[in-house]
Amino acid sequence: MSKPLRREDVAHVAKLARLHLDETELDEFTKQLGDVLEHAKDIESLDLEGVLPTAHPFGLVNVVRSDTVTASLQRDAVLRSAPDAENGRFAVPRIVGEAP
Amino acid sequence: MSELPRGWEMVVGLEVHTELRTATKMFCGCANSFGDEPNTNICPVCLGLPGSLPVLNEHAVDLAMAIGMALHSTIAPSTFHRKNYFYPDMPKDFQISQYDLPINSGGHLDLPDGTTVSIERAHMEEDTGKTTHLGGTGRIHGADRSLVDYNRSGVPLVEIVSGPDIRSSEQARLYASELRGILIATGASDGRMEEGSMRIDANVSVRKAGAPFGTRCEIKNLNSLRSLQRAIDYEALRQVELIEGGGVVRQETRHWDEDLGATSTMRSKEEAEDYRYFREPDLVDLIPDDAWQERVRVNLPAMPAERRTALLERIVDPAPAQRDAVIVVIDLGLESFVHAAVDAGADPNIALSRVANEIAASTTGHQNLSLEAFSRTVLMEQRGQLSSTQAKTVLGELLEHGGDPVAIAAAKGFEQMSADSVVTMVEGLLEQHPDEWQRYREGDDKLAQFFIGLAMKATKGQANGKDVIAELQARR
Amino acid sequence: MKTARDIAKNVNNGSSATLELEETLVRIKEQNDELNVFLYVDEQGARAAAQRVDEIVARGENAGPLAGVPIALKDNLCTVDVPTTCASKILDGWRPPYSATVVEKILAAGAVPVGKTNLDEFAMGSSTENSAFGPTRNPLDPSRVPGGSSGGSAAAVASQMTTLSLGSDTGGSIRQPAALCGIVGVKPTYGLVSRYGLVAFASSLDQIGPFASNVTDAATLLEAVAGHDSRDSTSLVEPSPSLVAHVEDGVKGRRVALVRELVDGADEDVVESVMKAVETLRAAGATIFELSIPELRLGLSAYYLIAPAEASSNLARFDGVRYGLRVDADDVAAMNEATRTAGFGKEVKRRIMLGTYALSAGYYDAYYGQALKVRTMTIEAFKRAYQQADLLIGATTPSVAFAFGSKTNDPMAMYLSDVFTIPTNLSGDAAISVPFGTGEADLPVGVQLLGPGRSEASLFSAARVLERADGRE
Ligand SMILES: [Mg+2]
Ligand SMILES: [Zn+2]
Repeated sequence: MSKPLRREDVAHVAKLARLHLDETELDEFTKQLGDVLEHAKDIESLDLEGVLPTAHPFGLVNVVRSDTVTASLQRDAVLRSAPDAENGRFAVPRIVGEAP
Repeated sequence: MSELPRGWEMVVGLEVHTELRTATKMFCGCANSFGDEPNTNICPVCLGLPGSLPVLNEHAVDLAMAIGMALHSTIAPSTFHRKNYFYPDMPKDFQISQYDLPINSGGHLDLPDGTTVSIERAHMEEDTGKTTHLGGTGRIHGADRSLVDYNRSGVPLVEIVSGPDIRSSEQARLYASELRGILIATGASDGRMEEGSMRIDANVSVRKAGAPFGTRCEIKNLNSLRSLQRAIDYEALRQVELIEGGGVVRQETRHWDEDLGATSTMRSKEEAEDYRYFREPDLVDLIPDDAWQERVRVNLPAMPAERRTALLERIVDPAPAQRDAVIVVIDLGLESFVHAAVDAGADPNIALSRVANEIAASTTGHQNLSLEAFSRTVLMEQRGQLSSTQAKTVLGELLEHGGDPVAIAAAKGFEQMSADSVVTMVEGLLEQHPDEWQRYREGDDKLAQFFIGLAMKATKGQANGKDVIAELQARR
Repeated sequence: MKTARDIAKNVNNGSSATLELEETLVRIKEQNDELNVFLYVDEQGARAAAQRVDEIVARGENAGPLAGVPIALKDNLCTVDVPTTCASKILDGWRPPYSATVVEKILAAGAVPVGKTNLDEFAMGSSTENSAFGPTRNPLDPSRVPGGSSGGSAAAVASQMTTLSLGSDTGGSIRQPAALCGIVGVKPTYGLVSRYGLVAFASSLDQIGPFASNVTDAATLLEAVAGHDSRDSTSLVEPSPSLVAHVEDGVKGRRVALVRELVDGADEDVVESVMKAVETLRAAGATIFELSIPELRLGLSAYYLIAPAEASSNLARFDGVRYGLRVDADDVAAMNEATRTAGFGKEVKRRIMLGTYALSAGYYDAYYGQALKVRTMTIEAFKRAYQQADLLIGATTPSVAFAFGSKTNDPMAMYLSDVFTIPTNLSGDAAISVPFGTGEADLPVGVQLLGPGRSEASLFSAARVLERADGRE
């Protein structure tokens, strides 16, 4: 059985999810998410050893498409709806840290 | 290659990412093509627009399986997962990758030096877009903004993970180069490291011989075989010196700076991302059946190791230099020249040497040189109709413009000196250089080269080196 | 009120689709201010579509099974060049460069899409109170919610602003508002309708489905949008089923099980309607028996781990880089955070947080992994039930439409209103909600009929029996 949800867990998760929660929201979310997890104890406590997980409702396999080029979007149309663009590219503020 | 201090051993495993040579991206019909105008090969899927869904490229699976087969992997039922992290070059802010059930698992790669490196897995995943950093030095640090091009986003990749079996930077280079040969041979990749179509991460640790594995550091994004070798040597030595100085190696991701020739910390384990892997619900299981696997297998060409063996078999008692030449010839896919010449009756040693040196060094490619013209040139050299210097000149001409070797030789006035004129010329040289002649007679064999050089100079290359040596020895 | 079938018949016989549309636009103008059903009315696009239909008919051709029928689209369906907001500030100003497959299909069937309807932000909610653009009101009682998340699409049909609408159902988001608004709503078999162009909430649970004022119209619309789509890897490959032809098949000889877990805890008036529906089916020749499927009790917990987990990943892309809102900041990570913090509403944040937590290192096995196993149990329990029964019956919702604000401060209470609809999303099977009888304040009650995958034809025919008995021809 996992430990009850703590405020610092919520703060950590907010960071992972790129959300900022103020102090009030932290308290509120800790309570509300805690309620949902409390309800989830009904399944957390089940012994499901040997039950296979299901990620898809139906077991389709090998759905593929042929390696044939199809039309791409018009760049200018796409960049017009971008918050910021420059030189045919999407522009973003400076990136701190390399990709993992 | 630098040596580690006595008693220390490095332990290296490599993760090689290779872009697949498909016509389209992994999950959409946008062109997979390098160097196009930015953001011209994008669609709702590879741009991660809300509502878009991925559909797997069948040919990408073919190529992934071909890689697996060439690496003696087991092809198994597989699934796709999402690897979740935020980064602006990744349009969905997750990467579709294979996780606990990769399409290829296990396997091995035999290296030309006789060693074997185990393969843990070779799985499929999608590439990210490309960022350009503006302001500052043009690097990520100090830039004030970045621009993103998503043409590369969604290009199919295979990540090949080796076991921690590599024990030297030279072996790492050999592994990467051999793997590159395999990727090119299968048609899975063009192997162009300079264009980023093959990128390497190296996991490096050190230990005292026989001790358990040490803590490893991962060096990211090595973009050439030279960087790979230098980075590994640097990193292993850094770790040894750290430990010998009483320090402890921390598990972390490190960045290789080619200019500084050093690695530096990118991210420590504590700051490591929590990728929250889970099954990609928009894709179904990939379970290539026997018929699909067979279709790929029958189209699989011979791999470099096999081709090397076939080439070495034509050379009687190959010397180390010839073994090296064979590796070069296979790496560059030039063995058909050797085989053609030998089939035409040429001496395998001469043919191999001309391919490994002259053809391999050609900067203009070899599309002008026919197998037949090459074979005839080697035969002319072998029969003494051309000196080796002249043969190289004729080959150079053929590589550049093509044509008929006999006609080229005639046009250049290459006619071998008669045996009499060689005798006369050598006599003259011996008179002009009595001291050297004396020393040669007393056993200084190195001086033979001295006289050959003079003979070549005197005849503008028309003398045959072998004839000169024969004359010197006859007079000794 | 004209049915979709009447309109299509008349339009194909030469009556004007354009005129039909203009009447629709008038009704929308009259009611939308009060009910807040439409987030965007695409008058120009609708007029062009109606005109095309009229031109086809003028050429002497058939304009399709939905010729000239005005239809509303839940605003999480992508429509080319027409704003698509998911009722979120984060998609501010976004006009998709492409249309969802279902949108292409209804156009091909001759329908006239008139606009985009309100929803709980990103389809997360059961009352349409979570919209960034204000709640939608229930046309039957404007002091109450229309249900959700497809509350706008349900209210569009219930208010007769449009004849048909499309919604999406991840945990009951079509059936629950259909029940609360007194109309027919269908959650089709997973994979029957292409999800391409539906902004994902929880990919393995989402299905697009129809709303209509009657069973036959719902069958007509579903038939038009069903079928394989090569752009959706989870799309079923079997040919799309014939539905309309079977609407009048009746239930004679059909085995129908009343499922205890699908009525337990429901208000008395709701249970009463379900019992009356059971008797109606018995009278029409069905064999009725009771069944307990205890596994269904676990559905809610599994759902509230699986759906948020998938959502946390699906909604990561709203980061301010490529489209929609951007709140500027000094570096890209801070910009992502500022944008997401300003752009998402509370419920969306709650679910993203919950899903991120359920997937995070150290908790995956206890929560997400365990939920996927419960999903397996649910599927197997349904399979066993469908060996004994052709159809299952229960309530769609525990109560009739509730008042605004009554559950907004207690997410868990709100989540519990989906308790009867969630299991079908977990199993991927089909279910329909059909209005039958009334409850508190004379508000409609929805009866839920459930069947195995691809049993839609059979569900429609059973629903039609109830509809007739309820006095609607
Ligand atoms: Mg990878
Ligand atoms: Zn694309």
